[in-house]
Order: sequence, then structure tokens, then C-alpha cells
Amino acid sequence: MNLTLKIWRQKNADDAGEFVTYQAKDVSPDMSFLEMLDVVNEGLTSKGDAPIAFDSDCREGICGTCSLVINGTPHGGQKATTACQLHMRHFKDGESITIEPWRARPFPVIRDLIVNRQAFDKVIQSGGYVSASTGGNPDANAIPVSKHNADTAMDAAACIGCGACVAACKNASAMLFVSAKVSHLRHTPPRSTRERSTCPFDG
Amino acid sequence: MNIFKAIFHSSLGKKYIMGLTGLALFGFVIGHMVGNLQIFLGQDKLNAYGAFLKSMPKLLWVARIGLLACVGLHIWAAVKLVRENRAARPDRYVQAKRMGTSFASRTMIWSGLIVFAFIVYHLFDFTIAPDYTGHDDKGRHDIFKMVVLGFSNPFSAIFYLIANCLLCIHLSHGVKSLFQSLGLSTGQFRSLFNGIASATAWIIFIGNTSIPLAVLLGFGKEVLK
Repeated sequence: MNLTLKIWRQKNADDAGEFVTYQAKDVSPDMSFLEMLDVVNEGLTSKGDAPIAFDSDCREGICGTCSLVINGTPHGGQKATTACQLHMRHFKDGESITIEPWRARPFPVIRDLIVNRQAFDKVIQSGGYVSASTGGNPDANAIPVSKHNADTAMDAAACIGCGACVAACKNASAMLFVSAKVSHLRHTPPRSTRERSTCPFDG
Repeated sequence: MNIFKAIFHSSLGKKYIMGLTGLALFGFVIGHMVGNLQIFLGQDKLNAYGAFLKSMPKLLWVARIGLLACVGLHIWAAVKLVRENRAARPDRYVQAKRMGTSFASRTMIWSGLIVFAFIVYHLFDFTIAPDYTGHDDKGRHDIFKMVVLGFSNPFSAIFYLIANCLLCIHLSHGVKSLFQSLGLSTGQFRSLFNGIASATAWIIFIGNTSIPLAVLLGFGKEVLK
């Protein structure tokens, strides 16, 4: 399949940035979205042009590194999948696709489609963690956790911290990320009194 | 003064202010509608209701000043929040697909400001400088005649219809958001609160617009003779 890509190019945080149009030819429908971009980048590199910078890591949908707004939707139109698990068969031959970075003030663009998501680390540093004693594994049932709490914590732990909630929110708010971390940690085993009193993440 | 700072400087605190002042104003809108619907019980009942409200000036002024404070805080917090929200995304998406937002939610600031302009007009129209200040045969301010006279002007009546339409769009999102902002809209309560928001918005729309509509269709014309 052949596609027209309208991609955001920006040299660094201070650059104004602009859209550049590329033609992606002979794209296999079985490629992931990122593999399609890899092929486009190979073409650019062989011509001596700078490849399109985009984030990726695990490429199996669990790390939350990819960060593309595809046709106006973070991670593209397929529900509950990251861009790396979005396959080209979901697009039509000859389609024009717009690709932008996450756009939010706390996520400044580093280059092209890569944004700096350290703002999330600051949220976690403010109390979104649990202290664990080092040493051997504790006994599995030493601290009883109810099934309900375990399930709720696991649901919240499904947040992989990719930042799509901030990218999608019309107010660029991190409320979903923060609430996922709060729900995750407050349903896990009780922490020391010291942590409870200083940690905003304890309910 | 940490609590003061937490409420007035954080976005969450400002949303509490929005929600609580909105709740007070919502309560007023309901009371205002129920009171005014007495127009359908006739001239005597409505004028008696007006005289009853005027018979307790201290309470009336406490309510007025309280409502004015709520309106002031509500608009202040709204403008602050909108500015902060816009500042959070200085570079807008060139192509953005709307997700999880309703028409009402996207236009809250505009429906709110237009309704505010309407309230100012409405206060001048019927409270501060009414066109008709005559009295009925029991010596009470003839509110019934004032309202019928006011809504006999089709432009005024249509403005009331449009403003109430915007008010109810505003309330349909506002009422459900106030529960959300106060952290009450969780689990099975969410659909309940959303239902309450839509139902009350419709009830207020029908209740409030019924008065100018009825007058436009000829209700109460006999008092003008």
C-alpha cells in the first residue's frame, strides 16, 4: 500500500517546527506503524537526509515509550493499543496520515516526534513509590491483601505512563496518570506510618 | 493560611470553588423556577409570593449578597481555569480528534458568560428597573402584569428562550462536573449523577421557558385590557 505522511519536523525545543510531507511506498499491511516509519527513515538516510526522530523501546505494547498522535488521536485510532502495536492494515491504501508529537507545555519537544516526559518522573518522585526492604523475598502471604484491592491495584497498574492521557486531554491535564498511580499504590500493602504522613499518594 | 493557598492557588481548589458556588447557584435556579411557576396559579398567587419575598428584606439581602458572591467567585475561578488550561497547551494540534467531550463541556465558558449577560439584563428587566411598577387591587406590586407585559415583547421573550437554552446546556455539564470535581462521581454513582444532571437541565429548561412561551401564546392577556 502507498501512503502520504504529513509529519511534524522540529530541530529542537526552540525551533518553530513545521509539517513535511513524505510518500511511503510499498508499505506492507503487516508492518506496525513504527516499522513503517523505520522504512521511511531508511529511505531518508540513504538519500542523506536526517531521519524522522521518534521514540520507541519494547515495540510490544507494554513500555509506553512510543508517543505519536496519529490523525489527531494519541497512539492512533485503534483502542487500547500503543502506536507500535497499531498495524498498517488499519489504514486504507492511498490514505493521508498526519503524525504529530504529544502537545503539552510540560512535554517540550526534544526533536521531531520525541517529547521530554520527565514531568511524569517529578510526579512519581513527589510520592508515587513504595519503600521495600532489601534482602530475600518476603513470604508471599505475610501481608494479606484482599482480592478486591489486588484487582483494583492491578487495574490501575495497567497505566504504562506513556503520556497519551495528557496528549489527549483538551486541558493537557495529567489527572488520569496521577489517579492511576494513586489508585495503584493506595491499594497495595500498608506502608510505614512515616510514609503515610508525608506521602500525598496515600488516601 | 495554607488551606487558603491550597484552595485559591491549585486547580483542584478552584474546581471546588466552581462546584460549590455552582451548586448554590443551581439551587437558586431551582427555587427561582418553582417560585415563578406560580404564575400558572394566577395573578393573586404570584403577587402574594412576591409580597411574601419582599416581607423579609433582611433575608432577601443576605440571599442576594450571597448569590452575588457566588457569581463573582464562579466567574473568577472559571476565567482562571480556562486561562490555565489554554496555557497548558501553547502549541495546538493541527489535527485533533475530539474525545470524551460534549458540546456543553467545550463551550462552558461561552454559555456561562452569555448567561451572565442575560442575568444582568433580566435583573434590570424585572427587578432593578421594571417597565411596569403598578399595583394590584390588594396594593401589592403587580408582578403578574409586569411579566405578561414583559413577555408580550416577542424579542424579549425570544431572548429569554435562547438564554434558558444556554443555561440548561451549561447546567447539563456543570451539575455532573460538580460531583466529579468534588470526587463524588465514582463507581455506580457516576451514571446516577449524570442522569440527575441531564434530567434537572431538561426540567429547568421546560419550566423556565414555559412562562415566556405561554405569554407569547396568549396566556394572561386579560390583565393588559
